Amino acid sequence: MTTKNQQENQAGITQEGRFYSAERLHAMHDMMLFVRRFEEKAGQMYGLKKIGGFCHLCNGQEAVCIGMEEASEPTDYMMTSYRDHGHILARGSDPTAIMAELLGRAGGIVGGKGGSMHMFDKEKNFAGGNGIVGEQVPIGIGFAFASQYRDDKRVSITIMGDGGVNQGAVYESFNMAALWKLPVVFVIENNQYAMGTSLSRASAETHLYKRGISFKVPGIQVDGMDVLEVERKMTEALEHARSGQGPIIVEMMTYRYRGHSMSDPATYRTRDEVDEWRSGRDPIVRLQKQMIEAGLATEAEFKQKDKDIKKEVVAVAKAAEAQPEPDLSALWDDIITDEIPNAYPYPRQVG
Amino acid sequence: MAKITYREALNQAMCQEMERDDRVFLMGEEVAEYNGAYKVSQGMLDKFGPKRVIDTPITELGFSGLGVGAAMAGLRPVIEFMTWNFAILAADQIVNAAAKMKYMTGGQYDCPMVFRGAGGAAARVSSQHSQAFENWYANIPGLKVVMPSNPADAKGLLAASIRDNDTVIFIENEINYGDIGEVPEGEYIIPLGKADIKRVGSDVTLVAHSRMTGYALMAADELAKQGIDAEVVDPRTIRPLDEATILASVAKTNRAVVIEEGWRFAGIGAEISARIMEKGFDDLDAPVARVTGKDVPMPYAANLENYALPSVAEIVEAARVVCNRA
Ligand SMILES: Cc1ncc(C[n+]2csc(CCOP(=O)(O)OP(=O)(O)O)c2C)c(N)n1
Ligand SMILES: [Mg+2]
Repeated sequence: MTTKNQQENQAGITQEGRFYSAERLHAMHDMMLFVRRFEEKAGQMYGLKKIGGFCHLCNGQEAVCIGMEEASEPTDYMMTSYRDHGHILARGSDPTAIMAELLGRAGGIVGGKGGSMHMFDKEKNFAGGNGIVGEQVPIGIGFAFASQYRDDKRVSITIMGDGGVNQGAVYESFNMAALWKLPVVFVIENNQYAMGTSLSRASAETHLYKRGISFKVPGIQVDGMDVLEVERKMTEALEHARSGQGPIIVEMMTYRYRGHSMSDPATYRTRDEVDEWRSGRDPIVRLQKQMIEAGLATEAEFKQKDKDIKKEVVAVAKAAEAQPEPDLSALWDDIITDEIPNAYPYPRQVG
Repeated sequence: MAKITYREALNQAMCQEMERDDRVFLMGEEVAEYNGAYKVSQGMLDKFGPKRVIDTPITELGFSGLGVGAAMAGLRPVIEFMTWNFAILAADQIVNAAAKMKYMTGGQYDCPMVFRGAGGAAARVSSQHSQAFENWYANIPGLKVVMPSNPADAKGLLAASIRDNDTVIFIENEINYGDIGEVPEGEYIIPLGKADIKRVGSDVTLVAHSRMTGYALMAADELAKQGIDAEVVDPRTIRPLDEATILASVAKTNRAVVIEEGWRFAGIGAEISARIMEKGFDDLDAPVARVTGKDVPMPYAANLENYALPSVAEIVEAARVVCNRA
């Protein structure tokens, strides 16, 4: 995106020929850290039984969320699975509304109807938040179809996991998207596991960026632990889709530090494996190092920043918790748009 | 009024709505170049071009989901299933996505779209191609279910369904496609959620939808010969149901038979008879009777197929039973 890509002769980092200003790097860093601390808070609130049901955190995958958002236009559509907090936060939705949704409050981003798995923000073109593995993929090409129909140059960023990519609907979607050259970027967040099933136990072809070959959908593999690489490669992919060349697959190599959901102790992988990613490849630490090396920040500044963000997250949680639960009458809201008052089942009635 | 077929009436409704609203498009298998597996979309590709009349690969789950996304993004998809038997592959998008999108998003996203195609028993195509699914979809909050029984209703109800801002399950009948009837020319809309009395009578109420409406009318003719004056009520919209019209009819006749092509267990007749019991118990002079498809997969052999389906004779017999004339 050229508007965000400032000119040289200014403090920043140049990587693979692409310049990132200090200001932009700080913004990316702060957002990644915010998502990290937000998820930790969510995990803590879950432990206190303030959040119910399923809750899937994205710790470790922040570079994917923030790098993609950096590369995209606000008018581009985005949809993903239930592991959605990081993506919607990166899109710029109100963190208090997201926390309130986790807590099942009236001011939740979908009014307390969805919870962790169903975050939506139409204003930000964020279309979920889907709990059925792979379901968002055909829906994603539908948004791309609408964009092509109206010729408004919006791209649909359709995100799925390494487990989700095995759903049949994904291949139906690859085929139609390629056949009709729909403007869609299929993002595969390859965090190596689908619940307790490792990639190699579920996939014959583990290079997931190749999964589009029989549909003539090109694919690229990206280090999803490097926010700058994610931004760069995603920019190229979006340009490919936006320019009418059809869909493209971007496989983001990443890792989730926590269990699949809050109830998962993750005994199917070794501590060494987790440590290797966590201490060796953490996306936040990595960017911090790069920025310190480039003289754009100091360790002390980052420490202070972390304190500030933690405080901010505490305030968000507090504000969300202070909200009331939805009014009981909300049970009946938003089922049907054109209600037919004199036909059964009658709107808003038990019998 | 012109005399046209049920399929032409559906075609008119789609053309009418596509001319009026350029967000409406038709998508499905063989809808464009082949003019529709049952020729419902005859001529529409020529009229509207390939941008709005779109042939898909055989990929029901995929193109249904595409429709959901397009509807969320502000278009008005009409998604054709060659038959509703194949829509089972798309059930996730219909039930888990379309039906729940408005609720799950706290009202942010609407899903205004029509899923349509041939339903009910066809002729001699055995178990996988001959079945009724309206009760599956009618069970689900967030969906509307519409089933026309004649050409005029087909036009007016499909047009209303396309204009409706919710997801509509529009189930046509394969055997009725060639039926001819008087259909109003020009723009024609029948509001959803309104039943229609197809025959006025005073002795017994026959409630029947889709192809069974015709059977009920034939049964009424036979009953008339036997001195029983039957009223035939066609709900037309299955969900939500205009039960007031049904209950008013039962209040008049005090007797009811509910007829459906589908299976008996947890069928539409079960719901309607429960409602008559809940709301019209004091009006009843006899228990409500049900005539349904037999509880078997559809067989191929002509005699077995015939036996599996409800017959006019069974409707006549059931009416005689509830009228104490058996
Ligand atoms: C259709 C369907 N089948 C099964 C599940 C249960 N389930 C929830 S998440 C999940 C694993 C998905 O893994 P992946 O796609 O890799 O995403 P990740 O959780 O790693 O982000 C499963 C099997 C589901 N929600 N939907
Ligand atoms: Mg995974």
